[in-house]
Amino acid sequence: MEGIRTFWNMIWPGLGQGLLVTLQVSAVSLALGSLLGLPAALMRVYGPKWMRWIAIVYIEGMRGTPLLVQLFIIFYGLPDVANWVHALGVPLSTARQIFVLERMTAAYLALGLNSGAYQAEYFRGAIQSIHGGQIMAARALGMSRMQSILHIVLPQALRLALPAWSNEVAYMVKYSSVVFIIAVPDLLARAGFIISRHFNPMEMYLTVGAIYLTLVLGFSTLMTRVEKRLEIPGLQMEVERT
Amino acid sequence: MSKHIVTVEDLHKTYGTNQVLKGVSLTVDEREVLVIIGPSGTGKSTLLRCINLLSRPDKGHIWVDGEEITAPHANVNHIRARVGMVFQDFNLFSHLTALQNVTIALTKVKKMSKPQAHELGMFELERVGLVEKADHYPAQLSGGQKQRVAIARALGMEPRVMLFDEPTSALDPELIGEVLEVMKKLAREGMTMLVVTHEMGFAREVSTRMIFMEGGVIAEQGPTKQLFSNPQQQRTREFLGKITELHAEHAGE
Amino acid sequence: MEKLQDILNSIPYFVQGAALTLFVAFVALLVGLLIGLPLALLRVYGSKLLARAATWYSVVLRGLPSLVVLFIIFYGIPPLLGITLPALLAGCIALGVCSSAYQMELLRGAILSVGPGQMMAARAMGMSHAQAVIHIILPQALRAVIPSWSNEAAVVLKDSSLVYVVGLAELLRRSQQVAARTHQFFIVYLICGVMYFVMTFSVNRGLDRLETVLRLPTPLEEH
Repeated sequence: MEGIRTFWNMIWPGLGQGLLVTLQVSAVSLALGSLLGLPAALMRVYGPKWMRWIAIVYIEGMRGTPLLVQLFIIFYGLPDVANWVHALGVPLSTARQIFVLERMTAAYLALGLNSGAYQAEYFRGAIQSIHGGQIMAARALGMSRMQSILHIVLPQALRLALPAWSNEVAYMVKYSSVVFIIAVPDLLARAGFIISRHFNPMEMYLTVGAIYLTLVLGFSTLMTRVEKRLEIPGLQMEVERT
Repeated sequence: MSKHIVTVEDLHKTYGTNQVLKGVSLTVDEREVLVIIGPSGTGKSTLLRCINLLSRPDKGHIWVDGEEITAPHANVNHIRARVGMVFQDFNLFSHLTALQNVTIALTKVKKMSKPQAHELGMFELERVGLVEKADHYPAQLSGGQKQRVAIARALGMEPRVMLFDEPTSALDPELIGEVLEVMKKLAREGMTMLVVTHEMGFAREVSTRMIFMEGGVIAEQGPTKQLFSNPQQQRTREFLGKITELHAEHAGE
Repeated sequence: MEKLQDILNSIPYFVQGAALTLFVAFVALLVGLLIGLPLALLRVYGSKLLARAATWYSVVLRGLPSLVVLFIIFYGIPPLLGITLPALLAGCIALGVCSSAYQMELLRGAILSVGPGQMMAARAMGMSHAQAVIHIILPQALRAVIPSWSNEAAVVLKDSSLVYVVGLAELLRRSQQVAARTHQFFIVYLICGVMYFVMTFSVNRGLDRLETVLRLPTPLEEH
């Protein structure tokens, strides 16, 4: 009992705060990713050539480079851009306001952009798996292109993408751990602080590992519930792991 | 003299290097049931899809209900709302119930109120004999039921003409009958119909005129009775012979 | 612009880092395969108990961030065993172990996709279970798995950047050093990103080629 009391005093409130930050970073990045990913997928499938190109460059660029590199470019690299923009005549304070990001903002942006690219591919897979005949039927009934995308494609695509999206939730929680490298006080960072005081790396990393595991499993179960709720008989797709 | 509901003039359409329609002209009058037959790949489906502009012809003109749909500024969606189409693959919206499949275009395209659309939707489902399946999803329906819902969906728009693109070709033999029954009923009620099919029994029973297409042109056309009893062209005779042999079980539904 | 000159001069330095990146990724993928394949076989053909154990392995390792596994192996285990683990070894093992869980799932899917009929036919001819697996199932499964394995290879290659945290002198670490020296963070990291992109792209392309070469002829083709 004593052991547990001391253990608890050691990790609380530090790890608790770290947990909160981890959840925050994951949630915001996931949301940002969806806001970017769905339009990107639509652009890639339905857009004119120039739109498709922009989408492809974004998606393939983000998916072909490591998250850590993207994070560094945004957090360490953007201040350079501020200086260049200033050299072009923009007042330094304005340039810095736009391009020099706080740690958290940089984390949200990097993770959000990254997630957006992967989510775009999930959505694209879902959109393209919808039989083209349904769109033809919608047009034959007099619906405009926009209407057929909005009322026929999207409702189905969003449901079809749900399993892959649940994967993304798990990925986000795990990959959010990289933000400790730019000193965002997440779970892993907090564990580091505690280790520097108590010299117990194995204990802490196992604890942190257990917390992440619980989060991932918890969210997976939650997402399965959500999928069951939204299920429509006959509407399913082969799920591809990224 | 009944007005022509559909007039097609010198239609040409090429896909890639393949010229599918090589100058097709025809008219369809009100209440006519026109059956189009011919070997695969002769442009029958393309012809239908040009009439509701799902395919854009390269050359030629088409008038539907007095309006030229091939004119540069024609309102495509407006036109499509007045032309009903039934596909070989049904193409029902998988995420909507049977009733919702029928009502969605009523609310989104015709801007009907929900209660109005609901009423009309149920009416059309009853017309095709599927009222009990109103809340079922497409995956829960048999092929014949799916196609009947598809017909109800097209009918809901109250079209001036109904286009059927091989409506029974994707169905198991036992299920073809129920769809043909609905189509015959529509014909009796006076719907103008343009049907691409191999079902000769259906053609013989309800169609007023038949067209035999081959090689992207109309090889022969005429009143149904005449085409069956005394075809003018050799090819027509051959084709009819083969087809009637194959579909003998369905003759005289 | 001697900063830019400095950067250009550092390209060979980057390339050496990239070589290390490729090495780490290669070893990790190999480790992942060597662990993942037997586990996949256990999962598909093993007893209930063994299959259950394999599932747990997969669930746990896919639920842990790679960084946590890396830290456990690099900072956590050595003190307990009284040894020091070189960063390179720790990195390869950690990434390999993480990848093994995903590879187990991929391979399991590929094995299952071969279909029970193949196994039935092999056994009916008198082959032992092991023979059937080695000569009939695996050749087909390994062909089928290439596309998804190609994805996993790209993931491992990108994740190799994480060994940055244990100080390994791979591409990202070297980029950081040059960036710090020249104060040209944006440009240097951008170059770093492009190099990673070229690597992942080439690996994917290479594996696509492999898939085409290994593909079995279908009725429509002549081989």
